[in-house]
Amino acid sequence: MSEAPLLAVGDLDAFYGDFQALFGLSMEVRPGEAIAVIGANGAGKSTLLKTIAGLLPARPEAIVFGGTPIGGMPAHAVAARGIALVPEGRGLFSSLSVEENLMIGGQLNRSGPWNLQRIYQLFPGLAERRHLPSTALSGGQQQMVAIARGLMSNPKLLLCDEISLGLAPIVVREIYARLPAILAEGISLILVEQDVVQALKATQRVYCLQEGRVALTGAAKDLTHEAIAAAYFGV
Amino acid sequence: MTDWINVILQGILVGGLYAMFAAGLSLIFGVMRLVNIAHGDLIVLAAYVALVTTETLGVGPLVSLIIVVPLMAAIGYLLQRAVLNRTLGEDLLPPLLVTFGLSVIIQNGLLTLFTADDRKLDAGHIEVATYRLFDGVYIGALPLLQFVVAIAVIAALQFIFYRTALGRAFRATADNPAVARLMGLDNRHVFALAMALSLAVVAIAGVFLAIRANFDPSIGPARLIFGFEAVIIGGLGSLWGTFAGGLVLGVAQAVGAHINPGWQILAGHVAFLVILAVRPEGLFPRIRT
Amino acid sequence: MSIRVGFASRSSRIGMAASAVALVVLAAAPFWGGRDDLQLLSQIYTYVALASLWNLLAGYAGLVSVGQQAYVGLGAYLLFGFAILGGVPPLWSIPLAGVIAALTAIPVAALVFRLRGHYFAIGTWIIAEVFRLIASQVSVLGGGSGTSLPAHIVLAIASTRQLRDFLVYWIALALVVVILALIVLLLRSRYGLALKAIRDSELAAACNGIDVQRTKVLVYIFTAFGTAMVGALIFFQRLRVSPDSAFSVNDWTAFVIFITVIGGIGRIEGPIIGTVVFFALRQTLADLGTIYLLMLGAVAIVVMLAAPKGIWGLIVERFGWQIFPLERTVVRDTGSAGAAKRA
Repeated sequence: MSEAPLLAVGDLDAFYGDFQALFGLSMEVRPGEAIAVIGANGAGKSTLLKTIAGLLPARPEAIVFGGTPIGGMPAHAVAARGIALVPEGRGLFSSLSVEENLMIGGQLNRSGPWNLQRIYQLFPGLAERRHLPSTALSGGQQQMVAIARGLMSNPKLLLCDEISLGLAPIVVREIYARLPAILAEGISLILVEQDVVQALKATQRVYCLQEGRVALTGAAKDLTHEAIAAAYFGV
Repeated sequence: MTDWINVILQGILVGGLYAMFAAGLSLIFGVMRLVNIAHGDLIVLAAYVALVTTETLGVGPLVSLIIVVPLMAAIGYLLQRAVLNRTLGEDLLPPLLVTFGLSVIIQNGLLTLFTADDRKLDAGHIEVATYRLFDGVYIGALPLLQFVVAIAVIAALQFIFYRTALGRAFRATADNPAVARLMGLDNRHVFALAMALSLAVVAIAGVFLAIRANFDPSIGPARLIFGFEAVIIGGLGSLWGTFAGGLVLGVAQAVGAHINPGWQILAGHVAFLVILAVRPEGLFPRIRT
Repeated sequence: MSIRVGFASRSSRIGMAASAVALVVLAAAPFWGGRDDLQLLSQIYTYVALASLWNLLAGYAGLVSVGQQAYVGLGAYLLFGFAILGGVPPLWSIPLAGVIAALTAIPVAALVFRLRGHYFAIGTWIIAEVFRLIASQVSVLGGGSGTSLPAHIVLAIASTRQLRDFLVYWIALALVVVILALIVLLLRSRYGLALKAIRDSELAAACNGIDVQRTKVLVYIFTAFGTAMVGALIFFQRLRVSPDSAFSVNDWTAFVIFITVIGGIGRIEGPIIGTVVFFALRQTLADLGTIYLLMLGAVAIVVMLAAPKGIWGLIVERFGWQIFPLERTVVRDTGSAGAAKRA
């Protein structure tokens, strides 16, 4: 714990209109660390990512990134500081080609390891389809475009929301197989996932959310299935 | 026979101007789903800006474009940032009513400053020069220039939209504004740039309108309608379709006017309504995927 | 203690009582007001009617039209046409104009309903322009310069000018009352519930078996009916019609929209308040001419951005008043009056 956290979330409340989705939530991510956020539907996982990314309002000091309070900052300014969100449902730009989607990701011109060439090395399947409309791809390939588009901004912190959603297990494994190569570049990762087994394998630490609060946290390898199940379902 | 060739030729050339009216409208709708009711009045505003520029600096109207185009673009950027961005959302009413209010403000502002008198820009020699195509069929230098400029404007917009980072940003923001923000695109800025580009086109259209015929503060709404008709005739979402729509409208009006001078505008409207009745998606629609 | 469902609330009962008193006072205006007062009041009535109809269309059915001048002008031209060509008494022509306008609105709707949202708005404007251009081609009605109602027709209405003024005034008052009553009834009927559902979510309404398109078309046709009757009356008052005045986008759409927005769109009371504000401003600032219109446009923009529910919206938020309640509320009869609670 000697290292200063890259991201420190402290006492974060989040609201959709009158509905409160997060209650005094705290968490942190150290540089180069991969963490998983798990929990049942409606536990507040996606809300947490959206709030960090600047799509939902927050107190400035509730989210501190690289020593700077960024809570409530507009999403485009958060992106410019080095946080990329791969949104749930992928959110590809349907009238743009695959490569244009990637270039939109790269338009912030942040320096770093990722460029079109490196992306196509990581995802060779995308290289040959780069001029196709993004909607012409399979679900798994679309998810790869979404991750690659996030990487193109060379973020310090990548947020992935449900990247296995709606995909066949073999495709999910194929996508997860790319994560070590991504993490090898020194990036930090927050993985929001329903697929607990995949998430635990890919990360070092886990936060389990329940009704907008952290119900359980610990090192991924130390947590028992019973403890997770208890925190997951609140039994 | 040469009579009718002349009529259709004139219609096509005027159609280029209508395509310019339409292009800015089409661009704004494509990027932010906004129909700018003040579009026609902004064209007229550009004509008056050109008038003031030519009178104070003593330059010709075509040279005045160097000032009018950036000035209108700046007005567009500020208008979007200060007013129109606040109106965007699920509800249709705010953008519509605010641009409608803007239309009334521009018309009455111009009326206060310049009175209702007819004005015109004098482009000198080019206005009377004509080229003979063959016996009995002539083509005016000015309408020809206007037509060539219209093609250049559409081609430039097409290039910007599909070949540049700015165009990519426009399309991405139009597709999904929230995700575009996650990619670092400030949609308020992107929309303002789109409005600036739209009003740059409006500036060119306004200057050619003012050289071609008399103008006064009240003629804006009719230009909005011509532009709108060209967009719908051509088909939504396609710039070259919009260009073709402008030509169809121009020819329809020219043919109507040739039959009976009172039918010019009516013939254009009828062409629009016929297209709407038989082919509501327009002649050359681009299917958004 | 029993529970019943009804429309009334204390503010609405007070409001309805006050409205009834106001109606009696206004109906007696010929006995207490001068000719100018009657003319001003008639004008106010016609604007209340036009704005209420536009409010129904845009505020409730979500059909933002900037072309209602089509039906004002159509009504006016039908009245003049019937009178001059057919010898129909102008008073009969008013409802007749409404019916014909409603019939005309059917094919028009078939065309303009192909356009959505903003494009619908401009489509309606083009229809109005087409009507205007056609009217200016009708040479028996004076073509582009218009025509006057012949003297013998005017004289046949009432023997003296004063009687005619009274008659026109009462017709104007009756028309606005009838139109307002029809709108309130419509909004309280199952169509009103359908409209409310459509306004909240068109998709959800469609999923619950509401024929969204049909409901909207019906509202459009009804609005054409009312607007044309008002148009016929306005130009009957003026005794002169021309294409530019009858199909004026400024007079019959811009003002009407500003009135509705300033007063409060989507509320019955909005157009009434808006009209009062509009005429108060006009009586005090009309000397400013174009500057007045410029200010009106600016006020409408500011209201739309800062208080999109208009003046009446602010009043409702502050005091919870409703003069014409449209929502059913659950009322607990506890013996004491005024125990109404919003459901």
